[in-house]
Amino acid sequence: MTARPSADDGLSPAQLAAKHGLTVSGARPGLIEYVRQLWGRRHFILAFSQAKLTAQYSKAKLGQLWQVVTPLLNALVYFLIFGLILEANRGMSTDVYIPFLVTGVFVFTFTQSSVMAGVRSISGNLGLVRALHFPRASLPVSFALQQLQQLLFSMVVLLIIVVGFGSYPQLSWLLVLPALVLQFVFNAGLALIMARLGSKTPDLAQLMPFIMRTWMYASGVMFSIPLMLEDKPAWIADVLQWNPAAIYMDLIRFALIDGYGSSNLPDHVWAFAIGWAVLFGICGFVYFWKAEERYGRG
Amino acid sequence: MADNNTERVPTVIADDVHIVYRVRGAGGGKGSATAALSRIVRRKKGEQRGVRTVHAVRGVSFTAYRGEAIGLIGTNGSGKSTLLRAIAGLLPTERGKVYTDGQPSLLGVNAALMGDLTGERNVILGGLAMGMSREQIRDRYESIVDFSGINEKGDFITLPMRTYSSGMGARLRFSIAAAKDHDVLMIDEALATGDRKFQIRSEQRIRELRKQAGTVFLVSHSLGSIRDTCDRVLWLEKGELLMDGPTAEVLKAYEKETGK
Repeated sequence: MTARPSADDGLSPAQLAAKHGLTVSGARPGLIEYVRQLWGRRHFILAFSQAKLTAQYSKAKLGQLWQVVTPLLNALVYFLIFGLILEANRGMSTDVYIPFLVTGVFVFTFTQSSVMAGVRSISGNLGLVRALHFPRASLPVSFALQQLQQLLFSMVVLLIIVVGFGSYPQLSWLLVLPALVLQFVFNAGLALIMARLGSKTPDLAQLMPFIMRTWMYASGVMFSIPLMLEDKPAWIADVLQWNPAAIYMDLIRFALIDGYGSSNLPDHVWAFAIGWAVLFGICGFVYFWKAEERYGRG
Repeated sequence: MADNNTERVPTVIADDVHIVYRVRGAGGGKGSATAALSRIVRRKKGEQRGVRTVHAVRGVSFTAYRGEAIGLIGTNGSGKSTLLRAIAGLLPTERGKVYTDGQPSLLGVNAALMGDLTGERNVILGGLAMGMSREQIRDRYESIVDFSGINEKGDFITLPMRTYSSGMGARLRFSIAAAKDHDVLMIDEALATGDRKFQIRSEQRIRELRKQAGTVFLVSHSLGSIRDTCDRVLWLEKGELLMDGPTAEVLKAYEKETGK
């Protein structure tokens, strides 16, 4: 039974495989083929992200209402601490500061939770990785997409708050869309990078909250960077304002809030927004793809 | 059975396959923080921190041909399931290579399903995770639900899966997994769960899948089902290939060794 037919006798396994057109199992596809496979799985990516989103609150009595209540409570807590107790508004009027703060919290949370979910996207789903075939990038991208949908719920709350504080719908609100698309690409790229790092070093999941909190305080989520650093050298404020989290926050604030004019934005703000998205999107994707065949090892 | 006179087409070639698991948090000794710290300080050269390696498969080589049904036997922890994962390309090999014709797939979709979602959504999610298109899932949705028999006792498919009894859950999982056709199919043991009625139905379905598939691998501890379905058996022990031959021969040796 195990005796080979004479034609194949004496061939090494590799030669035999080549003769019959067999390919190495689990080999990494080329980059373009990989993009094609990932596109082929777009329905899975979307369905998986929606499933995760729904599953989050399925046991709660209020159910999916928490999608909106959670960001609202978050905004309230930050308002209590930074608005009322610490008075971090630094001369901004309440009509500007509250939408400013809430936008900052929501937009930064989008990046923060994408990173946190990204770190665990491979290491926390090893069972899935070891059971089924799909381009592994589906997982981090799917988690970033879940956070985008979460943000859209938050945006509903945000728009109500913005209107409540006297900024009414206008054409500039449409700028939110390109800003969010760019931020999503940036977040997905970052999640891909974190996914690969986290698959090798799960300890990162313990470390990331501290890094993210530092990043949050450095990005001016609850205060205006130029106002806060008025008496410091200008380059410090510039550098902080050019960091991707601050860029996307500022763009969305500028789009939504009447009293937050272009004077608050750093120079070349759109160029930076596009640059960060392209840089992280492409680098993150390639970096993740490079280890594609090894994620099953854990 | 493949005929030796016609040329046999190989579908899976395993060439000296080694698989090593790296287990974190099992660095030996106590799990306290001080123990972890002392391990980091006193670690041997070339050894990663707090990581122990388990050499699960050691140098397995074989060639499987189209039309064969191959059984994998061996005691618990002998590396059967690990070998299947490597053939499927899900686990990278440490050394050696696996060549395959097309994409072998493991029968099983458990990992993609979520207990908090309704059975209905899990059918769709599981199907998409296995690489089916939306149209394919829509076409087969009814047959998947009917096959599982979930709705026989009321409208359970619209309830979250966590509310199912373990048997019901197993039935739905099997029904989803068995909805897709495969080139090289690998079936891990204990798939046919549920009540007697469902077992018969799922064994029937496995036979159908086997007919469609080019090559079938079956991992099982039930020598009866191996004898029924396989014409060739690989016997793995401690990660090594102990025996490879016709079913009757290998099973006889295996039964003698395990003292049955």
